[in-house]
Amino acid sequence: MNKENIIICRCEDVTLADIHHLFDLGYTDIEEIKRILRVGMGPCQGNTCNLLIQREVAKFLGVKVEDVKTQKVRPLVTGVKLKAIRDGAVDES
Amino acid sequence: MRANYVIIGAGISGCSIAYNLALKGVKDIVVFDKSYLTSGATGRCGAGVRQQWGTKMNCELAKASIDFFETAKETLDYPGDLEFKQDGYLILAVTEDEDKEFSKNVVLQNSLGISSRKLTKEEAKKIVPHLDTSKIISATFCPTDGHLNPFTTTDAFYNAAKRLGVKFYFKEEVKEIVIVDNKIEKVITTNYIVEAANVINAAGGYSREVGLLAGVDIPVYSERHEILVTEPIEKIQGPMVMSFSRNIYCQQVPHGSFIMGRSEIGVARNHSTISSWKFLDEMAKTVCDLLPPVGDLRVTRQWAGLYNMSPDRQPIISKTDELPGFYIACGFSGHGFMFAPVTGILLSEIILGEEPSFDIHELSMDRFKEKRDYTYEKSVV
Repeated sequence: MNKENIIICRCEDVTLADIHHLFDLGYTDIEEIKRILRVGMGPCQGNTCNLLIQREVAKFLGVKVEDVKTQKVRPLVTGVKLKAIRDGAVDES
Repeated sequence: MRANYVIIGAGISGCSIAYNLALKGVKDIVVFDKSYLTSGATGRCGAGVRQQWGTKMNCELAKASIDFFETAKETLDYPGDLEFKQDGYLILAVTEDEDKEFSKNVVLQNSLGISSRKLTKEEAKKIVPHLDTSKIISATFCPTDGHLNPFTTTDAFYNAAKRLGVKFYFKEEVKEIVIVDNKIEKVITTNYIVEAANVINAAGGYSREVGLLAGVDIPVYSERHEILVTEPIEKIQGPMVMSFSRNIYCQQVPHGSFIMGRSEIGVARNHSTISSWKFLDEMAKTVCDLLPPVGDLRVTRQWAGLYNMSPDRQPIISKTDELPGFYIACGFSGHGFMFAPVTGILLSEIILGEEPSFDIHELSMDRFKEKRDYTYEKSVV
């Protein structure tokens, strides 16, 4: 299958070809790939794409998957409306 | 390894300094970073670029940098998108003091060729229709301020520097700077020993610590500033909306998401970048009050970065008298990203003994020795 038709990050519409292009340019740290292509910055926060990218990096570098660091996990776990956060803050204080 | 110049820090300042030195023909430049490209303050910043400042020096640095950004994609020959957008900054005057202060700031800015102007509430409402103008007295607006992608812009400087022969080493921490008879001899990193006589400290949040490695006491400290991003929506807001007294900056980036941040009163002076629930609460209250429809957006992610604060909240771009060959670009007080083009130009001029593009005595280390009253920048969130 054409790499341009394989979606790796569905939140930000990033393909396998995009990822491999960055490898060729020398970017193999998932944190760098995230910042250039926005993979892992969408609503799923990398839950879908990070493991796929981790596997691709491992293949490219010839290392074990578990030796490739994934992106830093950041709050929130799921999207919450700012209004809901405000209302919660007002009620609790 | 041998090098002519060792630059510590691959944020935008370090990349811009490397690029400018290499552009002037300097050879054998190496850059070390203890993590990945833009891992520090640059990659964590609010992505805004503005010229509306309260000090002449900051206005001049900002204007020259915006002028550079306008053609940066071509100048740096970057294939990607820098996402430069000039939809302005709308700065809200909420108190009587701010209203008066901003009138003075606009006069200063205009005298330096910055096209800012004072707006009534009604005029501000036309520019940002969802702003609750009952909360403000007036505003100032500069249409050429705006947004720029910190990752791709740093990547552009990084690639341009690499093409000019600069060598970058990531995940390499500088552990020791060896000084003999008041001369720099070596820089020791995680894996390398580099013979070098010149070191440039562009270490952002860690620049004080890097200074101490060379025995140079730089009067800066770091503090955590938090920030969040929402889900993307269609464009509803052009400019960055900012208020110093309400402690908020908030913009919709070209991607469609909203980025917003604030500072924490009395935050500890350290290197913590942990996210807090308190920030979320305070940020949500402020943004829902000033820009009510933004309250309907979901927060996708929050994070934090370090402001490296100088005593007068203006940068330190300087040589050091006590240690020849040791140069500093730090203390940007939250604005290193937007000043980066001039940072590289000015420090390369200082290093090569050229006539500086601006009168930069207000940026030198000497200003702290003279113990006079500094020109203090008030316009900081």
